[in-house]
Amino acid sequence: MLLEIKNLHATVNGNEILKGIDLKIGLGEVHAIMGPNGSGKSTLAQVLAGRDVYAVTEGEVIYDGKNLLEMAPEDRARAGVFMAFQYPVEIPGVSNTYFLRAALNAIRKQRGEEELDAMDFLARIREKIKLLEMDETLMTRPVNEGFSGGEKKRNEIVQMAVLEPKLAILDETDSGLDIDALKIVASGVNAMRAKDRSIIVVTHYQRLLNYIVPDTVHVLSNGRIVKSGSKELALELEQKGYGWIEEPVGA
Amino acid sequence: MPTPVNNVEELATQDYKYGFVTEIEQETVPAGLNEDVIRVISAKKNEPEWLLEWRLKAYRHWQTMTEPKWANIHYGPIDYQAIRYYAAPKKARPKSLEEVDPEILRTYEKLGIPLREREALSGVAVDAVFDSVSVGTTFKAKLKELGIIFSSFSEAVEEHPDLVRKYLGSVVPYSDNFFATLNSAVFTDGSFAYIPKGVRCPMELSTYFRINAKDTGQFERTLIVADEGAYASYLEGCTAPVRDENQLHAAVVELVALDNATIKYSTVQNWYPGDKHGKGGIYNFVTKRGKCLGRNSKISWTQVETGSAITWKYPGCILQGDGSTGEFYSVAVVNNYQQADTGTKMIHLGKNTKSTIVSKGISAGRGQNSYRGMVKVLKGAENARNYSQCDSLLIGDKCGAHTFPYLEVKNSTAQIEHEASTSKIGEDQIFYCRQRGLSTEDAIGMIVNGFCKQVFRELPMEFAVEAQKLLGVSLEGSVG
Repeated sequence: MLLEIKNLHATVNGNEILKGIDLKIGLGEVHAIMGPNGSGKSTLAQVLAGRDVYAVTEGEVIYDGKNLLEMAPEDRARAGVFMAFQYPVEIPGVSNTYFLRAALNAIRKQRGEEELDAMDFLARIREKIKLLEMDETLMTRPVNEGFSGGEKKRNEIVQMAVLEPKLAILDETDSGLDIDALKIVASGVNAMRAKDRSIIVVTHYQRLLNYIVPDTVHVLSNGRIVKSGSKELALELEQKGYGWIEEPVGA
Repeated sequence: MPTPVNNVEELATQDYKYGFVTEIEQETVPAGLNEDVIRVISAKKNEPEWLLEWRLKAYRHWQTMTEPKWANIHYGPIDYQAIRYYAAPKKARPKSLEEVDPEILRTYEKLGIPLREREALSGVAVDAVFDSVSVGTTFKAKLKELGIIFSSFSEAVEEHPDLVRKYLGSVVPYSDNFFATLNSAVFTDGSFAYIPKGVRCPMELSTYFRINAKDTGQFERTLIVADEGAYASYLEGCTAPVRDENQLHAAVVELVALDNATIKYSTVQNWYPGDKHGKGGIYNFVTKRGKCLGRNSKISWTQVETGSAITWKYPGCILQGDGSTGEFYSVAVVNNYQQADTGTKMIHLGKNTKSTIVSKGISAGRGQNSYRGMVKVLKGAENARNYSQCDSLLIGDKCGAHTFPYLEVKNSTAQIEHEASTSKIGEDQIFYCRQRGLSTEDAIGMIVNGFCKQVFRELPMEFAVEAQKLLGVSLEGSVG
């Protein structure tokens, strides 16, 4: 088991958003987490990544044998946890390549590997850039600055491909993508599927799951996982909407 | 593995690594200021009569002036009678670098500025000013072969009195402002450079200012003249020991560029900024001005201001020659209780003159940072152009950023552009970096360096690297 979430509760500004999540993800598995707006999908992703605006009030998360919740965000990242942001952040004046190399070297250092210089690094990322059909000039531009919505999302997947995480969390990576961009992103993610890597796909829509086919689908509603099933569950949701599955508030 | 640091309270304050004191026998004058003190300073330097008269004229004028209060800075009263106006190592004024007191050589080595030429950074000539005197200048002989004069100010007065007399006070007159006038009365040492016609100075000229003595002010004066078609790049660095008392630094820098000459002046100011409670630190009241006297001349100021408890400085350009260019690139950082009121003055007199202002202010802790800039286009300045960009970055919520632009245009052909922005280092930016494996410190360093890139690009290579590191140190402990 790579990730085990037990009875996880989390609040933001005193409001409880996660109300007891239980989830197990084995190594090499792809899990989709679906749910209506406000169900807590993104909160779950952010809590796993270590965003401190969320307070964990109960429960535990074991990642790769370690207590994930006790680790600083950068330590989680260095231990192989990667989150593709729903809203990738701009960092003016810092080149995309420089940023990514610094990130990779921070992770390599942790693993006891040698840091890569600029030349080795460029050689390494070139194929990933091609895979995601990224314009190479975007790599020399400041991080996400002036990128279109689709370019930002693709940039996240380039980062994921370069950093080679053990656990990748895609937080609504499909939002704001047209169908062509969606296919490119999906093929990038599919190329990353591996026996030693687990992926959590957080999404509102079934559409993405046509391209990234999950092993398991979970439906989140009002801070709890209310249903889990195979990939067909996503299709069912597509047809029926979330209404039939939603837990009444206060139930 | 170091424990990860998550907020400002957990972090120690920045470590000011230049805070040591050199134990050395020194020669000082008693504290206080009067005409006798000025005469003593002048006599110690074997100055000609005209210079003493100039000092006294300044002193008498200074007594009629009051300290300026318009800047957005707050500090207790400065007791000018409690300051010592001269302190020098006893064995000062050696004939050559070989005679410099080993203790002083060690001091500069510790600061990363080896003065022995064979160890010195190739490509950089250094004039080392220790309290009130220059203790050594490297590569003088080599520069002399090209006709370049690079020496301490005192030496220049003795050896090239006509040049000094011609240009001293020609850009910053003795009556200019309270602190410049005080400097004119009591200035002790500083650097002098003259680059003759058509000579491109092959190495960076630099001065390293070190305050060491206690209760002493540093009042240096630098004068750089680039004759027709000459080029010089000049660097300035400054540090001081950690002390609980504030110390005054009131310098004057004058630059003169004749026809087609270019002077590039870069500063990395790292005076002791005071501790995290705002105790101690240097009061830095500095007047720096360049005159583009000749046609198509150019003066470019680049400053990285990270030190001092108080910074009050406005390096400016008087664009007198037709087609001349003035530039000002600035990064000013305040952390803890530091205050900075800094900017520039661009005075357009000649036709087709151009000026560029890029100011990046970074405020952290309880620091207050003000940009104050003036662009003045006078009647005769046909087709003058100015571009100003003024950006502020806030780290945390107890600091402040302020902008005071002044614009005075008397010629309708002028084109003036001004852009300004204020942003906050976002939690989301820091989290984004941390999620990719970078520590909080590295994240801030990266974000801040990205913010300052436009200015760092203007610095000579070695300095740019140094400035980036310094910025990281200055902001240590600034973010939660």
